[in-house]
Amino acid sequence: MDGKLLVIFVSGILINNFVLTRFLGICPFLGVSQQTETAIGMGLAVIFVMTLVSVFTWVVQDLILVPLGLGYLQTVVFILVIAALVQLVEMVIQKISPTLYRALGVYLPLITTNCAVLGVAILNIDEQYSLIESMVNGLAGGVGFALAIVLFSGIRERLAAAPIPESLKGYPIALITAGLLSIAFMGFSGFNLNALFGM
Amino acid sequence: MNFRKALANGLLAENPTFRLVLGMCPTLAVTTSMMNGIGMGLAATFVLVGSNAIVSLVRSFIPHKIRIPCYIVIIATFVTVVDLVMAGFTPALHETLGIFIPLIVVNCIILARAESFASKNSLLSSIGDGLGMGIGFTCALTMLGSIRELLGTGVVLAAPDFNFAGLRVIPEAFKALVVIMAPGGFIVLGLLLGFINWLTRKASAHSS
Repeated sequence: MDGKLLVIFVSGILINNFVLTRFLGICPFLGVSQQTETAIGMGLAVIFVMTLVSVFTWVVQDLILVPLGLGYLQTVVFILVIAALVQLVEMVIQKISPTLYRALGVYLPLITTNCAVLGVAILNIDEQYSLIESMVNGLAGGVGFALAIVLFSGIRERLAAAPIPESLKGYPIALITAGLLSIAFMGFSGFNLNALFGM
Repeated sequence: MNFRKALANGLLAENPTFRLVLGMCPTLAVTTSMMNGIGMGLAATFVLVGSNAIVSLVRSFIPHKIRIPCYIVIIATFVTVVDLVMAGFTPALHETLGIFIPLIVVNCIILARAESFASKNSLLSSIGDGLGMGIGFTCALTMLGSIRELLGTGVVLAAPDFNFAGLRVIPEAFKALVVIMAPGGFIVLGLLLGFINWLTRKASAHSS
């Protein structure tokens, strides 16, 4: 049981990185990564939301959708749960820490449309994870996203000062850089997790 | 904006993939072959037209404060329809596109068009906009998918749902597998965007 959780955690962050391998969460990854400060903020918010969403959607699926035979409503129900959760998180953060709220600004509501959030919710069900496994997967997905976006922002900050051909400025060079980052992460696919965790 | 203008707008001036750079997740993930690109594009077009139409019809009834969740439910309904239809009629495509079919719900393009266009324009223009954006998206995906399929597998026009294995253009030994994997998606799209930027700049330099 412990071993499997570790495997899920490590694969979610490195081997099957949600952004660089699974192509989830690309829009915010490209859009919010011009500066490391905002990237960190977005990363933290995503970690929090993805973990919460994994738990809530799993519970809804297990206690409501499956027993009532409403599996086909999964898409509609999940996205509503996510929208509601994000709204709740926004209100809670606003109350608890107005500074953090101001720092995250417009990014928080944007997380509703982050593919990674709905993606991890659906993936948890597809892989038939238990509640704890789903939570760990959500956490790993969030950490993986945060890792990718912070790394990427560091590179982009440097890129801003580099001599780039006019046609490649902006999104083109960002995408090519992301591609190189993705190649780097491909190196993790050779991990033998069994040997690593002595299972 | 009338129907025809909205249609042309989505195809060229405001092409969602190449100009607005929206909906990147499916663009990168499903363009491993031309058929996958077309399939996803058509599915997204169906959802886009449907949701734009409904949002435009009910725009005066939706309270402003809860408009986003309302749009999302409308979009999610159409996505569920597409998901079930594809599962029934094109199982191979459904299997390949996998998780990205339900993820059409959070495709930035659809919500953005509902919010910025359909909620403020007539039914016919909204349908035109949905159709234009959808076709523009489909064209972009098809282009990207074809390039990646050609370079990554050496085959073109492979269509498992129609039992067609495609035409081999590049010998098996020379295919570049990385092109249809994750990095390939990023790099090919980046280069394609750069190329289109270059074309646009040339065109505007010529006209000025």
